[in-house]
Amino acid sequence: MLFRIDDRLIHGQVVVGWGQRLGVGFIVLVDESVRANVWEQELYRMGVPPEMDVVFATVGEATEHLAEWERDPRRGILLTGDVDTMAALCAALPEVRKVNLGGIHAREGRTERLRYVFLSPDEAARLRDLAGRGVEITAQDVPTAKPVPVAELA
Amino acid sequence: MSERLTGVVVAHSELAAALLAAVAAIAGDDHGLAAVSNTGCDRAALLNSLDAAIAGRPAVVFTDMPGGSCAFTAAALARGKGDVRVVTGVNLAMLVDFAFHRELPVEEAARRAVEVGRSAVGTAGR
Repeated sequence: MLFRIDDRLIHGQVVVGWGQRLGVGFIVLVDESVRANVWEQELYRMGVPPEMDVVFATVGEATEHLAEWERDPRRGILLTGDVDTMAALCAALPEVRKVNLGGIHAREGRTERLRYVFLSPDEAARLRDLAGRGVEITAQDVPTAKPVPVAELA
Repeated sequence: MSERLTGVVVAHSELAAALLAAVAAIAGDDHGLAAVSNTGCDRAALLNSLDAAIAGRPAVVFTDMPGGSCAFTAAALARGKGDVRVVTGVNLAMLVDFAFHRELPVEEAARRAVEVGRSAVGTAGR
């Protein structure tokens, strides 16, 4: 399962870029706001091919169901829209060993680390902390790009 | 006379600007279209850019991939707005046609764009 932070959530790069190349069968979107918004869920469902399942979850639900998703023979992508949510998942689930930084875009208080990764000092510290606890974190927007280790950007 | 429609093309990378340059080359620069790129934008930033391009006017928003961030953002913005419609799968033929039919009601303009865009897709040669 690919664990990815991407503030565009489900979008072309995820569904086509990674989805096609990895043969992804399901996407888990861990986002409290989307989980609470049925209309947004329908919108995201419309954006993925019918053969790809989409699950919307809170951090609590993801914590509860991760083992079950990991047992699924299909490949999956678990997405969060920000560093904090992924850090919360990693804290609850030590089995998350690798995290992909796919897109964290410019916002006040963030500085550019890569073309598609901008981090605030707090976010950088949180990623360093995760890395210090043994989580392998690399930035890679699309599968054909070279992964950049977090030590080079946070 | 009612206000002529605005068209906004929101797409990945430089696609929207390139399409507008092509429309201008064919139909002249009075096409009523604006370009928005998703480059460097998270969802909130893209929503703001798109909202600024529409500027409260009746508009058809053209997006590239139906399942991409541009389409999701456009659909979210158009939700509940009677004078904004979204057309996915933008192509040059529909934009050129739109440039000459901006007096139509927004619903009809969007429907027409879909028909023209679809009819432009086919095979040629052998």
